[in-house]
Amino acid sequence: MNLEQSNPAYKHSLDCVHCGLCLPACPTYQTLAQEKDSPRGRILLMRAEAEGEIALSEPSLGDALDNCLDCRACESACPSGVQYGKILEAYREKLARLPSRNRRARFLGSLLDNLIASKSLHRLSMSSLRMAQALGLQKLATVLPFPRWMKEGLALLPRIPKGSERCPIAPGIYEPTGPKRAEIALFTGCMMETLFGRVNRAALRVLQAAGCRVHVPPNQGCCGALHLHAGLQDRARPLVERNLRAFPKDLDAIIVTSAGCGSAMKEYPSWMGQASEFSTKVQDFTEFLANLGLGFTPRSVPMQATWDDPCHLCHGQGIRKEPRRLLAQIPQLKLIPLEHPEDCCGSAGIYNLQKPALAHSILDRKVKDIQKTGVRILITANPGCHLWMESGLAKLDEDYQVLHIAEVLAKAL
Amino acid sequence: MSLNFEQKVIKILGQDRAFWDPATKLCYSLDGYPVQKHTPRAVAMPETNKEVQALVRLCLEEGVPILPRGAGTCLSGGATPPKTPCLLIEMARMQKILSWSPEDRTAIVQSGMVNLDLSVIVGKKGLYYAPDPSSQKASTIGGNLAENAGGPHCFKYGMTADHILGVRFVDGRGEMVVADLEDGPDLVGLFTGSEGTFGVATEVKVRLSKSPEMVRTFLASFSSMEAACGTVSRIVREGIVPAALEILDHLTIEAVEASVFAAGYPKDAEAVLLIELDGPRDEVEADSPKVVKILKEEHPLAVESTTDAEQRQSLWKGRKGAFGAMGRLKPNIFVLDGVVPTSKLASVLSKVAEIGKKYNIVLSNVFHAGDGNLHPNLSFDGRDPSETRRAMEAGLEILELCVMSGGSISGEHGIGYEKREAMRYMFDEADLSAFRELRRCFDPRGVCNPGKFFPTGGGCKEGRSAKSSEGLDV
Ligand SMILES: Cc1cc2nc3c(=O)[nH]c(=O)nc-3n(C[C@H](O)[C@H](O)[C@H](O)COP(=O)(O)OP(=O)(O)OC[C@H]3O[C@@H](n4cnc5c(N)ncnc54)[C@H](O)[C@@H]3O)c2cc1C
Ligand code: SF4
Ligand code: SF4
Repeated sequence: MNLEQSNPAYKHSLDCVHCGLCLPACPTYQTLAQEKDSPRGRILLMRAEAEGEIALSEPSLGDALDNCLDCRACESACPSGVQYGKILEAYREKLARLPSRNRRARFLGSLLDNLIASKSLHRLSMSSLRMAQALGLQKLATVLPFPRWMKEGLALLPRIPKGSERCPIAPGIYEPTGPKRAEIALFTGCMMETLFGRVNRAALRVLQAAGCRVHVPPNQGCCGALHLHAGLQDRARPLVERNLRAFPKDLDAIIVTSAGCGSAMKEYPSWMGQASEFSTKVQDFTEFLANLGLGFTPRSVPMQATWDDPCHLCHGQGIRKEPRRLLAQIPQLKLIPLEHPEDCCGSAGIYNLQKPALAHSILDRKVKDIQKTGVRILITANPGCHLWMESGLAKLDEDYQVLHIAEVLAKAL
Repeated sequence: MSLNFEQKVIKILGQDRAFWDPATKLCYSLDGYPVQKHTPRAVAMPETNKEVQALVRLCLEEGVPILPRGAGTCLSGGATPPKTPCLLIEMARMQKILSWSPEDRTAIVQSGMVNLDLSVIVGKKGLYYAPDPSSQKASTIGGNLAENAGGPHCFKYGMTADHILGVRFVDGRGEMVVADLEDGPDLVGLFTGSEGTFGVATEVKVRLSKSPEMVRTFLASFSSMEAACGTVSRIVREGIVPAALEILDHLTIEAVEASVFAAGYPKDAEAVLLIELDGPRDEVEADSPKVVKILKEEHPLAVESTTDAEQRQSLWKGRKGAFGAMGRLKPNIFVLDGVVPTSKLASVLSKVAEIGKKYNIVLSNVFHAGDGNLHPNLSFDGRDPSETRRAMEAGLEILELCVMSGGSISGEHGIGYEKREAMRYMFDEADLSAFRELRRCFDPRGVCNPGKFFPTGGGCKEGRSAKSSEGLDV
């Protein structure tokens, strides 16, 4: 078997002709101006590894790949159609298997499993964090004699929304408010559900008003996207299997309110064949609604806001027009365009916890762009970005508000 | 204790702007020319003129070659490190606009500034920087200057050289030279196109242009390449000066349409021609009907035309992404840059196709038709030595054909590694010696980007000793 057959990532890496047109799109290159932190450089390194020019265990190779946000802005910029995400995720997996990284991978894996994929633990930890934050313990921790990593970790955490905002939806079947136009399911996610129950509740109301009979299956859970980005495919597999079992078969669509989850769920078939039927039904909330049509006359929502494209919505799923089309239907909602709306905010899953310095410089750029619009309301569609940009904006004097697009549409009901 | 070379680089720049880890070195081992690859000894990222000068002086003391680099989009190996491990001076961190004057229409920028970033900044006052290489989103003003880059709109507005007013550079003697068009001998003209062999440019003074009042873009598709080329010759003959005249052939159209740069070019066409008229409204409105008339008489399959900025951009999108889009065909592409008289475009292109067949190499064409600047793309698999050799041989034969047809070997991509042997098609030993002499004035020891530009045979001491730099006879 030749290299291209045995290593599909290698085959994808051959599509790159080293033209450099992706450089301006890459947030890490824009921040560090180094070739090894650019898509062109990273692809070259991964190809060189396959061809035996550099060892997988070479620390500088690992660093270069760790620095990547997996935001996939390079894919949108690439004329040669390089499927960068596929190459990177294959290499993240290879790296995670290295003995030198094994401990780190195991630690990360159990962190993700316990805090994110396990709902009860996730909820518990979020409530305790919220309590700590409300009591100002986060600030206190910085002066107490805690170990440095703990202080830094605590200081980095974005603000956890209060309990009433986090409260999730009860599983069940929800009837449409008018005549039925579609039979769908709502994927509630892990972060979205435990941190932003309010978003899922808003999405549910909008979908019902749009004529959807909405299943909220009880046994669903984390989609595994964060595990996949970290190269932990083995740990993602049981999560995917759980969801394949949890959702009924005869649905028109499975609606996702978190861009990161949706993107990963649409891509399951590339590594898990049995997921194809499930994956073809997956649609982002905005994609589904824009195509179905609102089905109700939106009330006016007088506000000025700006829209930020989550990476995994625009680059990952190619969804750009749909959210704008939906927002444009709301009377009196004035959308002020954001400069560089498709640039990553630096949140990138748990990147902000792994690479805080870089994530913060990337966030600073985003915050500046938001400030330039002059508006105080930012609309987006991914929980990680939502929290991260909210934390960046909170540092400014003005009062900013970040909303999920479903919440804005719910206001128009 | 004496410091080694790497430690001395750190002394100048600090720990976090000097690199020699294996990943960095590998990443900087080539530019957009896929045939040759050498790793540098170390990579330095200066932020000030002084740091650049200190680095050059250090290299002179230590006998280490220097390679200035912008975005590494060069297509001729100019930004590929020389064989003798060099200090690669990455200019990407020097990307500020230092000053600009809307009244005088000039700007002084650091050489690592990205071409398009400049136009975005000065666009606020209705100005732009005219040279527009298709790589303008990524390539730097310094790299454009060193290669004398052209672009689709250079037919009307000229190459980079026509828009440079001054350069500050550290030459191969470690001296800071300030060249200004308005002051002293024309060193600016000399430096432009010197491909990093005279030294490292740190600041560039450029001319800004006023954004045209009106722009109209036509897209015409044809059932034959001859018809498209014929249309171009007629437009040029009739004295119309469009801002741009660009042709894409069938294979390129297919590749572009399969990419994110899909622009809606008709897939059944053998060639599409982009024509852009710009300038004062009355001028564009006077020229448009003339173009329409010529087009009608040449029987295109279809014609579209628009003045809407967004629609124009989408027509151009495919052209700008064409080079990259060809990457879909084979793992590597090697793009040529020969020039021929516009009246011979069609006949040369059919000979080019024959050469492709002869060497059994997939060959596509996208080119600046207005100035006869051809860009045959040779697609090949760099892992296959025989196919790589055939691509190189086909390339040389095509360049020879261009010279024989009354043209030249390079329009805008530079000589670098790629065309150094082909220099002999155009210049004899006396010319080459004169070039070497000139270069010695700025770089007597041949430390700046050695091994490029000059043919290797005769007068060359490539690889003679590890200390002496490669390629150049000094
Ligand atoms: C997709 C694509 C499209 C392209 N389209 C065009 C086109 O339309 N027209 C065109 O002319 N070219 C084109 N090119 C070629 C290339 O973009 C140009 O040659 C460009 O000018 C190179 O700029 P750079 O910043 O990438 O320089 P690099 O590639 O980094 O360097 C190019 C050369 O300049 C030297 N150099 C760089 N910076 C400095 C400095 N500060 N001081 C001294 N020397 C320096 C280097 O040593 C090297 O020899 C294209 C390339 C690509 C990949
Ligand atoms: S995924 Fe994002 S950070 Fe990573 S190389 Fe691509 S553009 Fe850069
Ligand atoms: S744009 Fe695509 S082909 Fe060009 S360097 Fe980037 S990944 Fe490679």
